[in-house]
Parts: sequence; C-alpha cells; structure tokens
Amino acid sequence: MGFLRAALVVMAKDLRAELRTKEAVNGALAFAVVILLLFSFAFDPEADTTKALSGGLLWIVFAFAGTLVLNRSFARELPNDCLDALIAAPISGAALFLGKALANYVLVLAVEAISLPVFGIFYNVHWTNQLPELLLVLGLGTWALTIIGTIFSALTVNIRLREIMLPMLTYPILVPALMAAMRLTMDLVAGNAIGPETLPWLKMLIGFDVAYTAVSLFLVETVLVG
Amino acid sequence: MNAVAVEGVWKFYGDFPALRDIRLAAGQGACLALIGRNGAGKTTLLRTIAGFSRPGRGKILIQGGSPRETETRRRIGFIGHGISVYDELSAMENLTLYARLYHLPDPRARALEWLARTGLERVRDGLVREFSRGMRQRLAVARAFLHEPSVLLLDEPFTALDDRAIAVLQTLLRQALAEGKTIVMSTHQLREALELSSHVALLERGKVVFDGPCTPEMAADPGLVYARYGEA
Repeated sequence: MGFLRAALVVMAKDLRAELRTKEAVNGALAFAVVILLLFSFAFDPEADTTKALSGGLLWIVFAFAGTLVLNRSFARELPNDCLDALIAAPISGAALFLGKALANYVLVLAVEAISLPVFGIFYNVHWTNQLPELLLVLGLGTWALTIIGTIFSALTVNIRLREIMLPMLTYPILVPALMAAMRLTMDLVAGNAIGPETLPWLKMLIGFDVAYTAVSLFLVETVLVG
Repeated sequence: MNAVAVEGVWKFYGDFPALRDIRLAAGQGACLALIGRNGAGKTTLLRTIAGFSRPGRGKILIQGGSPRETETRRRIGFIGHGISVYDELSAMENLTLYARLYHLPDPRARALEWLARTGLERVRDGLVREFSRGMRQRLAVARAFLHEPSVLLLDEPFTALDDRAIAVLQTLLRQALAEGKTIVMSTHQLREALELSSHVALLERGKVVFDGPCTPEMAADPGLVYARYGEA
C-alpha cells in the first residue's frame, strides 16, 4: 500500500473518531480559553509589556492545550487493543506515525484557530497585521509541537503515568522551536514583518521541523515494536 | 517450507527469560494448539510470532519471511485478547478501515461480505460501543478474517465468546483448515481447540516440554497432555 495513502487512511480514522467523541478537542479548547482568560486578568491588556509578552503567552497556551490533544493520540488505541491491529496491518510504522501526526496537526490547528481571535480580544492585540506570515509561523510551530508530541505519545503509550510523562519529555525538546515561534509571533503581532533580524529564527524553526520529522519517521518502528 | 517456523527463540523482560529456546514448526494446513498454565509464555510467543515484539535471540519465519515484512503481514490474521475494533466507529467503518489498510479491492464490498458472514449486516451502521459483547466478538472475528490470511494466530480465541460467536469462529476455522490455511492458537479451552488441532505444544515456564501430533486420545481427554508431560 502506498505510504501516503496508508497515512491518510490512519489520519481519516483518527479525525473521524475524534469528531464523534470530541474528547481531546473540547478539553484542549476549554483549557486554552480559560488560560487566556485568566492571564488577561493578571496582565493589563493596555500595557506595552503585555503586548511584548503576548507571543510567548500565546505559545505557552498552544503548547499546554496541544499536549491534551497529543496525549490522546496513541492512548486512543489502547481500549480493545487496537494498536495491535494497526501494528499487524501491512503498513509501515512510519506511515502509521505520519497519519497520526497529520490528524493531531489538524486538531491542534483547529484549537489554535479558535483561540487566536479570543487572544486578540482579551489582549487587545491586532494579530491580523501580518496574517500570512503569522499563519506560516503558526503552521511551522504547530508541526514542531505535533511531531514531537506524537512520537512521545507513541513512546509513553504503555506507561501508567503517560499524561504526566508526555509534557515532561516533550517540552524540553521543544524549547528551540518554541523560542523561535515565540520570538517570531511577538514581532508579527506587533505588526513587524519577518526581516533580517528574525529570519534566523524562521530558518531554525524550519530546520527543527525537518530534522525531527526525519528522526521520528526513522525511529518510530523501533518505538512501536522494539 | 513450514508456514510458521520458530527457531531457537528467546524473549527477555529485563533479565527474566519469558521464552527459552523455543523451537516449533507448523506446516501448511496444520493447526497447532499452544497449551500451558497461565504465565507459561503462550501469549508472549504468539505476540512474538505475530511480530508485535522482536525476539531477544532466534528467528521467526512466516512462510519464509520475517513477520515484520509488509508482505508477510498481509498473510497474517491475528485475534488477541482485545477485539481490536474502535468503539466510536460503526461496524461498517471499522471493517472498511481495515480493508483499506490491507489494500483490498473494493473495501466496502469486502466489509459487507464479512458483516453478512458474521451475522452483523443488520447493525452495520451501528456504533460498536452500542453492541453487545457477542456482537463485538463476531466483529473482531470478521476483522481478523477480512483479508483472508493464510496464517491465523489466535490468542485464546474461544475465551469469553458466546455460543453464537463460538459457532461462527469454529465454522471459519474449519473452513480455513480445509482451504489449507495454517492456524496457531493458544488456549485454555482444550476441548474446542483439540477438536481442530493437528499438533499440540505444551509450554511450561517459557519452554516447550511437549511438541507432537494431536492424537484421538488427547482430543477425547484434554487433560492427558498435562498429566503425561506437564509438571506435577
């Protein structure tokens, strides 16, 4: 079976299952909105410092909310031992992983798409000033979060405390990607386009995505089967 | 060439050897029953044969290929302790999903065919979470047979099945054997298993202590293998 076709079948299955239950998305969305709301009470939306921090704040919310989606990714396969059937199917571990990562990507982006206007209202930020570039950064940063979260979701699927282990393993590795995404987002929501000063951050984000996607695709068979 | 060949397989959990130098073979059309007490290593052996984990030492060949090869996996059907279908999908969606993963031509038609063969066609659009236990088990059987595997690996297939599911499974297994397919099953339900089996292997503490043909006297008295070859 074609690699991409197998990945798309897995992705469609995960999205369909999530749309039926909405377990992960509802939880992540509620969490994101509540955190944005609570932070808006803590910081003065009119203050310049708040605007300067807003990019970082936004990515902290995305990272925390995203983990709720990613935690469910392989855990969804545990009831009824569905992971066994997927591993037994004649598709590569990499295709299975990519399908799950793509489904997670769509779900995390959906949470972000709803959180972003809420963020704009609560923090009085005109986030649409550099919209195409902001969408690019969101896309790249979210892929970084998704790819690392999905591989560790596979690694921790059989651990009893996986809900705790996943963020503990994911966030330290995500630091370079989150730093780049935060820095770029801060500039973009302030209305500044990506320029010579911020371009290295964008390159780092792209490099992170490419490197970790390749490493994850290479390692996932060992993660799943040993 | 044996359909299933287990050659000197060891499996370790930490330092503990769960499987110790297992050597077994099942020819084309054979039905091998793996019997043994709880913890003897039956499930570990079946999962290793199915390619869910790699052996620490030794080699497993399914029709000459490694169980982790894509082409080999196409030939394996597995029923484990779980039913391996999704509660939040319908019966039809579950079978179509697996038909697509196995790259079968016309996945919907294949799914419908197996829903009919397992008596689930009337509930094809019902969500699995709304199914009774017996219906879920029949769906699991349909999932395992959907791609018409030539080697069936069954981990305690009769455990917790209702009468109808046992009848469906036994019919399918007899049909499979008549078509020359190979079955390896672990079981505690000796009577049901030995009725079908051509060979028996008794495992104790990760080792094969008996491996031979299933005789009529074994089928008539399922406790005989334990009494004659097992530990006291």
